Amino acid sequence: MLAIGVEAMSMLSNPTFLFYQFMNSISLGMNLFIIATGLTLILGVLRVINFAHGAFFMFGAYVCWSTVTFLGGAVGSFWLGVVAAAVVLGAMAFVIERGLLRYLYGREHLTQLLFTFAIVLIVGDVAKMIWGTDQYNVPYPHGLGGAVDFGFAKYPSYPLLLCVIGLVVAVGMWLALSKTRWGRIIRAATQDREMLAALGMNVPLVYTGVFVIGSALAGIGGALAAPRVAVSPGMDATIIIECFIIVIIGGLGSLWGSFLGALALGFVTMFGTVIFPDWELVLAYILMLGLLLWRPWGLFGHEEEEPH
Amino acid sequence: MAQLEVDNIRTAYGLSKVLFGVSLTVEPGEVVALVGRNGVGKTTTMRSIMGMAPPQEGSIRWIDRDITGIPVHHVAKLGIGYVPEDRRIFPELTVWENLDIGRRPPMDGGDGWSEEQVFELFPDLKDIQERKGGVLSGGQQQMLTIARSLMGNPKLLLLDEPSEGLAPIVVESLRDRIQMLKTGGLSIVLAEQNLDFVLFLSDRVHILEKGEVVYTGTPAELRDNPDVQTKYLTV
Repeated sequence: MLAIGVEAMSMLSNPTFLFYQFMNSISLGMNLFIIATGLTLILGVLRVINFAHGAFFMFGAYVCWSTVTFLGGAVGSFWLGVVAAAVVLGAMAFVIERGLLRYLYGREHLTQLLFTFAIVLIVGDVAKMIWGTDQYNVPYPHGLGGAVDFGFAKYPSYPLLLCVIGLVVAVGMWLALSKTRWGRIIRAATQDREMLAALGMNVPLVYTGVFVIGSALAGIGGALAAPRVAVSPGMDATIIIECFIIVIIGGLGSLWGSFLGALALGFVTMFGTVIFPDWELVLAYILMLGLLLWRPWGLFGHEEEEPH
Repeated sequence: MAQLEVDNIRTAYGLSKVLFGVSLTVEPGEVVALVGRNGVGKTTTMRSIMGMAPPQEGSIRWIDRDITGIPVHHVAKLGIGYVPEDRRIFPELTVWENLDIGRRPPMDGGDGWSEEQVFELFPDLKDIQERKGGVLSGGQQQMLTIARSLMGNPKLLLLDEPSEGLAPIVVESLRDRIQMLKTGGLSIVLAEQNLDFVLFLSDRVHILEKGEVVYTGTPAELRDNPDVQTKYLTV
């Protein structure tokens, strides 16, 4: 039923609740952005649709849990967990790209898709071998278990920090891509890799670098998500679909596109479940379909030409 | 010994054979032209030298080493610049960013090309540094592609159809800039359909036909040989 429930109406007329949902939307959106931006970066440069990105996210969450547990939840252990997730996933990505993926760039998309799907299954099983099928909880990091008082309402510190981290990652990525030579090289690689090589650039090295950075972002995203979700097998399946929705909404390979796409998905998820609870599962797809009807190449995408 | 020595190369794309034993040499500071109708193998010869389409047979020697089949970026680092036919500037990058991507210090040390020097050669580019490559005119794009290659301080430039699709006045200005590069000691392999352009710039001309060199001569010899011109060049 599409009618807005009386209950939902009364909730939406409550300013505190509205504020709370608003912040939740941004917080979720920013967490999703950190993950999706890695996916879109890899897609833009390598032109590989990496299904394993969700599995990398899950692995990052597990690595964070293990680090926190190993250190007995000491002060700073969570942040060490975030760093560990980035390092472990970056290293895994390095091995996968250099050892396997590199041989598939010339192949058709289906082969690459099957390969990354194989990685999903392998990473998922390795995670089960290491961590079993139990569900783990990562506590909020030290000093972030409380709430920040905005005067008119309070909002929990950790999700608030996620909003800030997402923004920092977005601005940092933008600065790195637009103001540094490496960033310019990465953008050039999305446009014409053969010409980039003809200018003396080691394109395979650029690919390795981008795959490592993109995958590390998935790991960081997983570690940061760990305190808000249950760390368990299967958490990779939902996130990969959400990431693809974001990347498609934003336009393939676009940083700000994935930023806006992630925010849009955050809002649809948080408000949609209140307003149209029966439609919760399809709202994200409706968002994507509606946007694609309006702009077939996504918010910041443009018509694809066959790249060189 | 020649700077570049292409010896009897045969190149195919999959099953379709394009080059059937092309040989040519370039001495330091020389402009060698490849002429011939569309599809005779001029571009493929350049792509073979560059490593983008490695030959199945034959060899390519550059200064003192065999570069046949080595990765494209190694060829570029050894001092060979490539200016492709369709220009291939990075459309989403600004003029300055395009130049920056090409930047590489000279192999043998010393001062190389700077932006200032590049802008001296192509003054049109100076005022549009912040403009995206994709919105430039054909002439500006052609200048930018050459300028971008120069930023890597090549010793040899492979110039594929630089005059294609440009207005006569732009072609003339481009021709003079390339002449300046030649005077500066840069070696050039020039593929062109525009015969006047070729006769003006080159020291030697090779005519290609169906993947083979069928005629070699000086520009003066070719100018005085209307039979060869009609046979191989008239469309």
